[in-house]
Amino acid sequence: MAAGVNKLPWWAESILLPVLNLLAAFLVSGLVIWSLGEDPFMALSLLIEGAFGFEEAISYTFYYSTNFIFTGLAVSMAFHAGHFNIGGEGQAMLGGLGLTLAVFLFGDFSPLLSVFMAIIASAAFGALWAFIPAYLQAKRGSHIVITTIMFNFIASALLAYLLVGPMQRPGGQMPESADFPEGSSLMGIHDVLSVVGIPFEEGPMNLSLLIALVCAVGVWFLLWRTRFGFELRTVGQNPNAARFAGVSVPRMTIYALMLSGGLAGMMGLNELMGEQHRLMGNFTLGYGFVGIAVAFMGRNHPVGIVLAAVLFGALYQGGAELAFEMPNITRDLIVMIQGLVILFAGAMEHMFRKPVTKIFERFSAGSAA
Amino acid sequence: MEFLNEIVLLADSTLRIATPLILAGLAGLVAERGGVVDIGLEGKMLAAAFAAAAAAAVTGSPWMGLFAGVGASVALALLHAYVAITQRGNQIVSGMAINIAVAGMAPTLANFWFKKGGQTPLLSGDARFESMTWPFAEELADVPFVGAVYSEIISGHNLITYMAILLVPITAWMLYKTRFGLRLRAVGENPEAVDTAGISVARIRYQAMIIAGILCGLAGTVLSTGLGAGFIRDMSAGKGYLALAAMIFGKWKPVPTLLACLLFGFVDALQGRLQGVELPLIGEIPVQFTIMLPYILTVAILAGFVGKIQAPRASGIPYEKDH
Amino acid sequence: MTKALAIETRDLSKRFGEVRANDRISMQIASGSVHGIVGENGAGKSTLLKMLFGLYTPDDGEILVDGESIKFADPAAAMAKGVGMVHQHFMLVEPFTVLENIILGAEGSRNLDEAKDAARVVLLELEKKFGFNLPLDEPVENLAVGVRQRAEILKALYKGAETLILDEPTAVLTPQECDQLFALVELLKGQGKTVLFVTHKLHEIMAVTDDVTVIRAGKVVATRKTTETSAEELAELMVGAKVVREVAREKHKEHKLRLALKSVSCTNDQKQTALKAISLEVYDGEVLGIAGVAGNGQTELLEVITGLRDVSAGSIEMSDVIVNAHGVSTDPISLRCMGMAHVAEDRLKTGVVESMSARDNIMLGYQREPDFSKHGILKLKDIAAKADEYFESQDVRPRNPSLPIGSFSGGNQQKIVIAREIARNPQLMVIGQPTRGVDIGAVTKIHDQITELRNAGKALLVVSADLDELLAISDRIAVMCEGEVIGVMPVEEADERTLGLMMAGQRLDQTANAGSV
Repeated sequence: MAAGVNKLPWWAESILLPVLNLLAAFLVSGLVIWSLGEDPFMALSLLIEGAFGFEEAISYTFYYSTNFIFTGLAVSMAFHAGHFNIGGEGQAMLGGLGLTLAVFLFGDFSPLLSVFMAIIASAAFGALWAFIPAYLQAKRGSHIVITTIMFNFIASALLAYLLVGPMQRPGGQMPESADFPEGSSLMGIHDVLSVVGIPFEEGPMNLSLLIALVCAVGVWFLLWRTRFGFELRTVGQNPNAARFAGVSVPRMTIYALMLSGGLAGMMGLNELMGEQHRLMGNFTLGYGFVGIAVAFMGRNHPVGIVLAAVLFGALYQGGAELAFEMPNITRDLIVMIQGLVILFAGAMEHMFRKPVTKIFERFSAGSAA
Repeated sequence: MEFLNEIVLLADSTLRIATPLILAGLAGLVAERGGVVDIGLEGKMLAAAFAAAAAAAVTGSPWMGLFAGVGASVALALLHAYVAITQRGNQIVSGMAINIAVAGMAPTLANFWFKKGGQTPLLSGDARFESMTWPFAEELADVPFVGAVYSEIISGHNLITYMAILLVPITAWMLYKTRFGLRLRAVGENPEAVDTAGISVARIRYQAMIIAGILCGLAGTVLSTGLGAGFIRDMSAGKGYLALAAMIFGKWKPVPTLLACLLFGFVDALQGRLQGVELPLIGEIPVQFTIMLPYILTVAILAGFVGKIQAPRASGIPYEKDH
Repeated sequence: MTKALAIETRDLSKRFGEVRANDRISMQIASGSVHGIVGENGAGKSTLLKMLFGLYTPDDGEILVDGESIKFADPAAAMAKGVGMVHQHFMLVEPFTVLENIILGAEGSRNLDEAKDAARVVLLELEKKFGFNLPLDEPVENLAVGVRQRAEILKALYKGAETLILDEPTAVLTPQECDQLFALVELLKGQGKTVLFVTHKLHEIMAVTDDVTVIRAGKVVATRKTTETSAEELAELMVGAKVVREVAREKHKEHKLRLALKSVSCTNDQKQTALKAISLEVYDGEVLGIAGVAGNGQTELLEVITGLRDVSAGSIEMSDVIVNAHGVSTDPISLRCMGMAHVAEDRLKTGVVESMSARDNIMLGYQREPDFSKHGILKLKDIAAKADEYFESQDVRPRNPSLPIGSFSGGNQQKIVIAREIARNPQLMVIGQPTRGVDIGAVTKIHDQITELRNAGKALLVVSADLDELLAISDRIAVMCEGEVIGVMPVEEADERTLGLMMAGQRLDQTANAGSV
């Protein structure tokens, strides 16, 4: 019977359960670390120290978090419309390509304009890359999970071609573009802080963090405060009811997935304009996939997504420090831990619901008696 | 004569490349026919490839490799089954999670055990499933056409390739001619009907996932101990997803899935042949574009053939017994 | 003389959360009899059946089969004891053949061909004994509903059912198919089988059963010999003290044509013809009822009228404007602006978004109206105020619009939906299944509201599977069969028998002849 679900208070639903899932993932990860001959508690403290222990670490943590905010929002936008966008990787790559083109087109003319155009181009290219699978899903029913995965591979090959061909740094050997023109970049947060007189150690955290946060607020407003968002969520929850309400389901599917692709595309702002200052092949490094975990962990709500993104950012940064300190731990292990977090927080989200509900029932029965 | 030779070589590598696709495609087919969407084929394959290579490297026996590869894949299949069937979690997320976790775990363990930067040591001939030369293959090689077909295409593959081909009719037989097959197809279409007939839906689905795990394990094993000689990072390279697409293209049926896999194999073989070749009028196609071919083909197929295919009706939907 | 009991229940109870779905049900079913169970929707019949068939585990009490106390762990255990069940929603695998469906779970051999051959022999025997003639090698998806039901019954017999539970078996049948079913039930009884016949239709109980148990609110309120009771008594027992209050129907006075369908044809989702040249007219100040067995085009009729499906031929005019024709289609939002309201026939599938709050649901379809949004931004305060207003006027309980609408009872959901649809004073209301899954208290209120709208000069088109309901609220009744309108008649001339023959496809003149014989 469906009755009797959802009896948990909101904080248990949106804080306690995710934390329990996370602990389970960490427990399994700890076991793996232990079996690799390292001390898991030591590893945990190194990880936290490495993520938050000093200003540069904090800068790195939030730098990574910025990527995850973009990709997490992207996944959740599509999810609210009832679809899985697994193409965040490819959309981010195309977004990066778009902003690179914008930067080189406008950079010599006016750095400020080039930054502005780069923001637009990253979102537009990401959205366009999502448009094709979205269109095929909406009009032809092609399974979007498969098509977006294929588009990741295609994007990767396309970027590889451009970066060893027409867009390669003149005289360079690596698959990367020339450096962006002077000034066509997003300022580091430490620079901004120093302007207002707060000293902060130099690091990669940059203004795209603010752009990401603005996007988070925007996504929240769009989904829960506008008619468009209401219609989008209706399509996701019940397409028949959406048709009943006069909403075109195929069109809304395309809109939602393009918005999703646009958000994923903006990830390049942080990586390329904030830090690398050039286009590199495969700069997305799986951030698009991790967005799935971020979105699920954050219960598909922008506030949750930002928090989950910080968590994953810390995992990334702390993990890198950890790999430096412990010989048997590599970045690969961090990838594995991410997989476990996705598994526990995303796929097995119901695992602790039953026992927790039982405890609450007993507790409330006890207090009622 | 040279053209004929080209064709024969192309057919030979088509079969070779298609082997893991066929096995993984059958794995996805069995899982989905039973109602579980398995996007984790990629991860299972990669895990099996690593486990097989590691075990073969340590023991020197490909059979131990096979055993380990299948074991690893079945373990992951059971994990996915637990999430999808018992926990009624999201099957797509679970599959992705497994893919990501394995992509991290395999090189971690490889590095821990072999200290070769996330790879296993190169396997020597005895530790691999080497190509088997059929009787008279060498003698017949010079006979025009028939000889080439026999000695190049039919003879000279590794054991698992032959197994893959044989497993297609076996899977079809299992699906359509056995009691288990009837029940399996029924849980994929209408699990409630199976439940009220007094059969456990969960049990059938778990069994399906174990079979999928075995098939996927073979696919991974052949990657690292048959086609390759050891495990390297990300060696599954999207084959799990391609297999899934081939299965959809094959309408969830064994023989059409085989044909779809051969098509993908052929395109891949073709792109290998096209690399660096000057084509008339077009000139040399950059390698990155030929690499895209199978993926573009997949998208085109999914875009073109939809509407005519009906997935198992209960596929991807957790079954909730309403007790 | 006491007959042997096929099934007995003693104090059988089952609770879901706070709700006692079954409360100490005690029942005795004589072997070789046809035993009826009647009760309103939601009285607890389904829960009882599911416990008898091993799908639910009782919280308390016991089940005795042939005098032996049994705990059914699952349906297999029930079947092993000779209890078979035909579910309201058939448990058939659509792409499988009849034969494959029948042997599923009782294949015998691991080799499917052997299993089929063996089963075929047994089935032919059974078919002869019970007068079946089923196409064993035809996929079930190609078969008519009545034939599928027979396949289900044969399946149960094949699996050794001595007691057969039929759950609302007539819900999907025409009156004539019902007669065939009743004949089959007699035949089964003649062969010594026990039949548990579950329905909420009293005339069926009177027609086929030997004994009848009445269930209300999870409890047994009475058990009677059918010969010693009457439909009236059963009705009282079923409903309890029912307050019958009717809004007086004023004489139908306005005559403006509001909705006209002219030779409308359309196809369903499978591209098969669903409507064949249908013509209908609805005038202001009247209720046009649409009767028919489910699946004869009523769903598509509602969809073409409300802008959810395009016509393939013909045209639909509302207030003298063509709204749906070849090359013309009007979306639901524009139709609402023209004064059409739509109460969807399948509430949870189409009419509401189950997981969203009642507050969100009151703007579904009206989200672009200035009451609810301005420049694309939702007016949350106004929406909340409207929700409170609807809850108050319709007496929706619990009085909390922020709960997901799925957590309200069917009746309260329907009240919210109706409040939403009448809020803008529509001139035409298209209503599908006004009281499906609605508790009895709310039914009266909904019927009253429909009559009030009619009295206020609105045009109403109501599709219902419940003939009694249509006879109570309609001015005229149109009967549909296989996508055609078989006939339209004023309610004064309509009775169940005539309507039933029409539902089976007989034209008015033919039924008139049949009536005179």
